[in-house]
Amino acid sequence: MSTNSLALSKDWTTSDAMTDGRLWRAYLTEAKYESIRMLRAPAFGVPMLVLPVIFYLFFGVVIAGGVKDPRITTGLFSGFAVLGVMGPAMFGFGAVLAMERDQGLLRLKRALPMPPAANLLARMLMALLFGTLVTSAMVACGRGLGHVPMNAGQSLRFAAITIAGTLPFCGIGLFLGTMVKGQAAPAIANLVYLAMAYLGGLWFPLPKSVQWIALFSPAFHLNQLSLGGAGAANLGSPIVHIAVLAGVTLVFTTLAVRRLARLG
Amino acid sequence: MNNDCLAELAAVHKSYGKTVALDGLDLQVRQGELLAVLGPNGAGKTTAISLMLGLQRPDAGAVRLFGRSPESFENRRQVGVMMQEVVLAPELRVREHIDLVASYYPAALSPDAVLEMTRTTALQNRPYGKLSGGQKRQAQFAMAVCGRPKLLFLDEPTAGLDIQAREMMWATLRHLVDEGVSIVLTTHYLEEAEALADRVAVVNKGRMIAAGSVNEMRALVARKHVTCSTVLTAEEVQRWPEVETASRDRQGLRIVAGNAEAVVRRLLAADADLQDLEIRRAGLAEAFTELTQEAA
Repeated sequence: MSTNSLALSKDWTTSDAMTDGRLWRAYLTEAKYESIRMLRAPAFGVPMLVLPVIFYLFFGVVIAGGVKDPRITTGLFSGFAVLGVMGPAMFGFGAVLAMERDQGLLRLKRALPMPPAANLLARMLMALLFGTLVTSAMVACGRGLGHVPMNAGQSLRFAAITIAGTLPFCGIGLFLGTMVKGQAAPAIANLVYLAMAYLGGLWFPLPKSVQWIALFSPAFHLNQLSLGGAGAANLGSPIVHIAVLAGVTLVFTTLAVRRLARLG
Repeated sequence: MNNDCLAELAAVHKSYGKTVALDGLDLQVRQGELLAVLGPNGAGKTTAISLMLGLQRPDAGAVRLFGRSPESFENRRQVGVMMQEVVLAPELRVREHIDLVASYYPAALSPDAVLEMTRTTALQNRPYGKLSGGQKRQAQFAMAVCGRPKLLFLDEPTAGLDIQAREMMWATLRHLVDEGVSIVLTTHYLEEAEALADRVAVVNKGRMIAAGSVNEMRALVARKHVTCSTVLTAEEVQRWPEVETASRDRQGLRIVAGNAEAVVRRLLAADADLQDLEIRRAGLAEAFTELTQEAA
């Protein structure tokens, strides 16, 4: 058949080496399609990209519109931005990964010559992309409508810190994705996500007697760093916040990768 | 392992809890052959393929792929895989799925060439999630071959395909074998194994119960089928010692016999006006049924 002859005209059994260029292409292609599929998935894209901004506009701009205290305006702005970057990391890794494990996709990828960690890096880049989109929208809304007192430099610093803060939540999401079944994953990811946000004091501080609990929430540490980036008052030492977030990223990612290598 | 053996399971045991999946299975995949692995549900076919792909480790015995551990990354670049139960990203289009998998291989075919070869060009811009079950299998097949693998593992590749799509896939498989690709195929369609396989391996309860060419498998079942138009009744013929069963339908008298030649001689002697005589050897389906029943 002519069609087959055309397709098979190159010697089928030739063994070409994987060049560095092709290896890079494999990583980039994985990242490209991971982002495209998530942007095309309305059940993922809409809540992750739109809801944090809508929540901020409602609570931070409409409800608290008359408030002039920069601690409150910047606090709400930063809290919803941190919530916005947590979502794609927690759900893109946690819920989606768990479902893909159940549905055999990870097993197929293990049988294919996908470069090591390409899938994890692709998801991380996807989460950073979503984080960038959400943070950019939040900065625009905060400066334009929310009266958040940030200059251009502070806005950039705030955005860079918040976007980088996606990574610890990628680690937590990845760990969740390896631990739970696909059907239970969205509910469990939601529970952890909201608990971290609430206990981390993203929208309002916890009662004084239990404020120490916030120290155990990575969301608290990221929020304090982001507030610092925006030039607002914040709690604790940046070094401690960075150390906690780096530790969370390292520990959860390591545990998850080991578990994935063992169980697939 | 000899040079023309690409993949091998040697005395492999594998259990899941108390369930024995493989019980000392020996299986070899040779260069340039299409090996059909047949067996009833739960026979151990998918476990055998998983071990060859390095997705699981055996409890005992040896597994080699291209002479190395099946977990070697280099091996995977020479292998194409089509799994039975896998849900791919529904948001990506067929062409995008092919492009993604092709990026993993050092010398993959272009998406256009793969789509053309697998006759899936019409599906290229359709989201995977909007395809029918059969179309999804066609897309997965395109993904399995896009890396120009030397060894192709296909788990129930034609399940859910219509006749035309199945025959097109068969044609592509024959071309791949002509090009030197070795193929391991599991299937429940025995006519598929009959049409494509150079060699058949029948697995039951985790053990190899027979292996050989399709003709060798058929020969394991000695009985033959005789059909003819005759005035003789089925009851009369059924009493002959050479006859296993005799029945009558619209085509005429149907006889199953171990010694068909003796039955034919006796039919001709008993009915001089006998017409439409046809003798047929047992098919692969019959051999499969008999082999698996014997092993049960």
